[in-house]
Amino acid sequence: MGKDNAHKREILIYAACKFASLAALFICIIALVAVIAFVAIRGLPYISMQLIFGDYGKYPSIKPALLGTLYLIAISVSIAAPIGIGSAIFLTEYTKSNSRLVKSIRIAVETLAGIPSIVYGIFGYLVFVVALKYRYSLIGGGITLSIMILPVIVRSTEESLLSVPRSLREGSFALGSSMVRTIFSVVLPCAASGIVTSLILAIGRVMSESAVLILTIGMVVNKVPKGFSSPGTSLALDVYYFGSHGYPNEAAATGVVLLVLVVTINIIATVLGKKYGKGDLANE
Amino acid sequence: MTGKAYQYIKARDAVMRGIFLFCAAFSILALSCICVFLFANGLPFIAKTGISNFFGRKWHLSSGAYGILSMIAASFYVTALSTAIGVVIGLLTAISLYKFCPQKAVGPIRQMINLLAGIPSVIYGLFGLIVIVPYLRDHVSPNGIGYGILSASLVLAVMVLPTIVSVSLDSLNAVPGSYYEGALALGATKEQSVFKVMLPAAKSGVLAAVVLSIGRALGETMAVIMVIGGSPVMPKSLFQSVRTLTANIAMGATELSGDAATALVATGVVLFFFTMLLNISFSLLKGEANGER
Amino acid sequence: MNEQYNITVKNCDLHYGDFQALKGINIDILEREVTALIGPSGCGKSTFIKMLNRMNDLVENCRITGEIMIGGQDIYAKGTDVTLLRKNVGMVFQKPNPFPMSIYDNIAFAPRTFGIKKKAELDGIVEQSLKQAGLWDEARDRLRKSALSLSGGQQQRLCIARALAADPKILLMDEPTSALDPISTGKIEDLLSELKKDYTIVIVTHNMQQATRISDKTAFFLLGEIIEFGVTESIFSLPKDKRTENYITGRFG
Repeated sequence: MGKDNAHKREILIYAACKFASLAALFICIIALVAVIAFVAIRGLPYISMQLIFGDYGKYPSIKPALLGTLYLIAISVSIAAPIGIGSAIFLTEYTKSNSRLVKSIRIAVETLAGIPSIVYGIFGYLVFVVALKYRYSLIGGGITLSIMILPVIVRSTEESLLSVPRSLREGSFALGSSMVRTIFSVVLPCAASGIVTSLILAIGRVMSESAVLILTIGMVVNKVPKGFSSPGTSLALDVYYFGSHGYPNEAAATGVVLLVLVVTINIIATVLGKKYGKGDLANE
Repeated sequence: MTGKAYQYIKARDAVMRGIFLFCAAFSILALSCICVFLFANGLPFIAKTGISNFFGRKWHLSSGAYGILSMIAASFYVTALSTAIGVVIGLLTAISLYKFCPQKAVGPIRQMINLLAGIPSVIYGLFGLIVIVPYLRDHVSPNGIGYGILSASLVLAVMVLPTIVSVSLDSLNAVPGSYYEGALALGATKEQSVFKVMLPAAKSGVLAAVVLSIGRALGETMAVIMVIGGSPVMPKSLFQSVRTLTANIAMGATELSGDAATALVATGVVLFFFTMLLNISFSLLKGEANGER
Repeated sequence: MNEQYNITVKNCDLHYGDFQALKGINIDILEREVTALIGPSGCGKSTFIKMLNRMNDLVENCRITGEIMIGGQDIYAKGTDVTLLRKNVGMVFQKPNPFPMSIYDNIAFAPRTFGIKKKAELDGIVEQSLKQAGLWDEARDRLRKSALSLSGGQQQRLCIARALAADPKILLMDEPTSALDPISTGKIEDLLSELKKDYTIVIVTHNMQQATRISDKTAFFLLGEIIEFGVTESIFSLPKDKRTENYITGRFG
């Protein structure tokens, strides 16, 4: 009988654990929904033409931030994309084994991925503002960001290159193709959608980032940037600036704009990834 | 097709290989540059200031006191508390997604969680600023201050949830199903099988999730500075304006110059050091997790 | 290049790292004949044919000694144009591996590699190759459609057409029908008897009946060695070696 009771008690304990886990799921969902809901509720009423398209004057505007964000995306992706894709090609196509070089490259990529963005910020600050005696500028921030998104692009491009079946490469070589022709005519086209997805995700990262920028682009929220070398701001930085300078409503409104853009980008990436994921290479 | 054409093809292959190699080596180059710039600027400063001053309790720029101990402490508390909250809720969530909630709901919930993983950290900070801080101030705090370690930890806990949930769910899913069936066949209930068999079997993956979230919490800047207050003092209470390592760098950078700016770089060196420690333990854990299978 | 497209292999050893995959291979494969390679799995047949167009170059730690002459030239000699070798020695794989592009682009792939750009010329090559592979009637109206829309058997014939479009002298086939249904297999076997008029064909097969149906010569491989090589009929009716007999009568393998 005693043994029976102990058994029953144990079953009850684990049933309680199950209950706790369902409660946690509930809390988790509520918390995450709350983040979006509160920001949206607070911010939506304050979204106005003035905020988005107006000039920064008596009332705040995010026009400089929208432009700044575009500049940052253009700079960082156009630097990181070729380098990242090239390095993924090297890692998947040219290296047969885990040579020391490949290992150190992988370690470097992993390490770059783990460095906090504020440390990238310090680096950008030291290089562009201190060492080059340049000023706070979008180009400095963009270049720093490009290093930060490099691991994202390398990893996901590598993944999509690896998903291209080996048999296609063999087929191409067997037809007398050189390495270069095989890469550019067979491997890259097959992996194109995956690579595009990774670039879209990288754009999402750039839009979300702010700690790097706080140290590199100057957070000039009230002037439209005149070019790559002007100081500027970004959407995410504006959220922080408004939030910490007593404009929580404008911060929330900017947050809503940022959220909409980032979520849209992520959804596009997910849909692309699913649609073209592995389906069209089902031949393997 | 002549020998010449083949020479050309081989030369082109070699050139392209060189270009790709350069791209790949760029990561090493970038990492080395980051280390060099950081250490070359930070370490001499630490040496000049003196270890005991730099790791001292007092940060008072006008009197040349650059002690970052209070920030290390604040970073430690915030990281520990947020990870504790995040891991408990995140792991339990992963478990319920694994076996206890309707399987039809798992897909959509996972998608939603993945989507939330991509939300910018400033948004979490903003949420903290407009919701958590006022709430704590008005309803919880004994001293009428909402800023501080508790706010920051709650914000960070929510922020790391998506990471913890998806990494631990992945590692649970990677445990062979036969373990589960084996446990059921021995007469264990569904709950017992999950908690006593599957969870321990996935422990290295779960540990990896914990280390990952520690790293994110330690390195996060924006979400923290919006809710932490920012006073460079030793943390004594959950409701007290303090300053983490990351906050110290971000808050000072645009306004300081000279020695004070270099002090921030040195703070970065300390942060970099801690993150590297975490990265190394993470890759060791990951290696172990892979080795197990 | 020599008109004679014979393959002569002398004293050839092949190692993958420490593992010796081929031992003392000697064989003369004559042009315009079908040579079938039979033997149990892992006996080195596929390794052998991959050696003939240097696909083994892609494998790490692969060492080859001995002499392999194709059309009178040592294909492992220094300075050998590997791309040209592979153009002349076409290969069809076990599983159909069409590129995920249009049927037309698949066939035109090799000609484009070798510098043919004119549309009229490419059109001609595509049509001729598809006709040779017996796929023209099925594919003529859908040349711009994805090659992946074809059935498995059609895909394999497409791969044959793609190899033929490179204008090879020799065709290597690595169990080309093992992934196909009997009807598609029949079509490909018929095709081979047509193709042998113009090409030297080396085919790896697991199927004894197939070997007897299509080949002139047969080589029996076992544990990396050629145990017996000769005219197909005599190998199957009067094997000289006990091991060959055991294998073709189905006692092992």
